[in-house]
Amino acid sequence: MTDDLGTWRFRTIIVTMFPILIALSVLEMGSGYVLESLEATYLDNPTLLILVPVMIGMGGNLGAILSSRLSTRLHLGTLEFSPRDEQLWTSIAAIMLLAATVFGALGVAAWVLGRVIAEPMALVDLLVISVGSGMLLACLAVILSVAATYVSYQQGLDPDDTTIPVVTNVCDILGVVVLSAVAIAVL
Amino acid sequence: MDARREVWRIYRESIGILGVSLLGGLFAGLVLGSDAMRAAFADFPGLLLLLPAFLATRGNVYGAFGARISSGLHQGLIDPEFEFDERLLNAVVASFANGIGVSVFIGFLSWGILQALGRESARLAELVGITFLAGVLTSIVLVFGLLVLVFGSYESGYDPDNLIGPIVTMLGDVFGVVFLYVAIVVVGVVL
Repeated sequence: MTDDLGTWRFRTIIVTMFPILIALSVLEMGSGYVLESLEATYLDNPTLLILVPVMIGMGGNLGAILSSRLSTRLHLGTLEFSPRDEQLWTSIAAIMLLAATVFGALGVAAWVLGRVIAEPMALVDLLVISVGSGMLLACLAVILSVAATYVSYQQGLDPDDTTIPVVTNVCDILGVVVLSAVAIAVL
Repeated sequence: MDARREVWRIYRESIGILGVSLLGGLFAGLVLGSDAMRAAFADFPGLLLLLPAFLATRGNVYGAFGARISSGLHQGLIDPEFEFDERLLNAVVASFANGIGVSVFIGFLSWGILQALGRESARLAELVGITFLAGVLTSIVLVFGLLVLVFGSYESGYDPDNLIGPIVTMLGDVFGVVFLYVAIVVVGVVL
C-alpha cells in the first residue's frame, strides 16, 4: 500500500529536506551572529528591530522574482547573457523600482510604528538606513540571480530547482548583514 | 517606449505580493521591538542568534509543503477535502517532523555556538524548550492554515501557486514571532 506513495512518503520527504534545512540553519547563524554581536545597538534602538523581519525576507522575495523570470527565459531559450540583452535590463529596472517602493515604505512605516513603542529615531536616519540597505540588498539580489542562473545554465542544471532556492536563502542571510553594516555607518 | 511599459507591467505584477509580505514583516518587527520582547532578548542570550534561522526556516518548510499540496491538487493526487488520505497524511507528518526537528536543532546550535565562543548564554533547556514549543505552535497553525487557504482558493478557482509564496512568508513572520514570544513566556514560567 505504501509503495505507490512514491515521493509522498513522509520518510522520503524528510530525507530529502531535512539535510537542506540543517545546512540553511547553520548558514543563517551567520546573520544571527551579526544580530547577537550588535545586541546593544538593536536593543537601544527598537525602531531598528522593526526593520529586521522585513530585511530577512525581502531580499529573498526580490531575488525570487528576478530568478524566476530569468529561469523562464532560459527554459524558453530567449535568454542571452549579454550586457545588450534589453529584457534583462528591463527586469533589473523593475526590481530596483520595486525595492525603492518597498524599502521607502518600510522606512516611513517603521518611523510611525517606532513612535508607538519607543522614543523614535529621526525619520531621515531611518529612511537612509532602510532605503540604503534595501537598495544595496537589491543590487546583491540582482548580481546573485544573474550569476546563479548563468552557473546553472553552464552546468546544465534546472534553475527552478537550484538558483531560486539558493538565491532566496542567500539574500535572506545577507539582509541582516547589510542592514547592520549600513545602520552602524549611519548611527 | 516599449521597455518602459514592460518595466511597469512587471512592477504591477509583483507590488501587491511584496506589499502583503511587507505588512507581515512590519507586524513581526513591531513584536520584536516591543518592551517585552527586548526584555526577553536580554534575559535569554542566544535568542537573537537563533532568530534569523528560526524565521527563515519557516518559509522553507511550509513553502515546500504548500507547493506540494498545490501540485498534488493540480495532478489530481489529492482531493481538496479534510478527510483521511494517505498522501496528505504523509505530507502533514513530514512537515511537522521537518519544522519541529529543525527548530530543536536551531536551539541546540545557538547554545553550542555561544558555548564554543565562551560567551554568555541561556541554559540549553531554556533555548531548546523555547524553539521546540514555538516550532510546535507555528507548525500547527501553518500546516492547517495553509491547507484551508490552498483548498479554499483551489475550490473557488484560483491557482494556489500564485498565493503560496507570499502567504507563507506573511504567516511565517507573524506567527513565528508571536509564538516565539508565547514560548518565551511559558518557558520562563515553567523552567
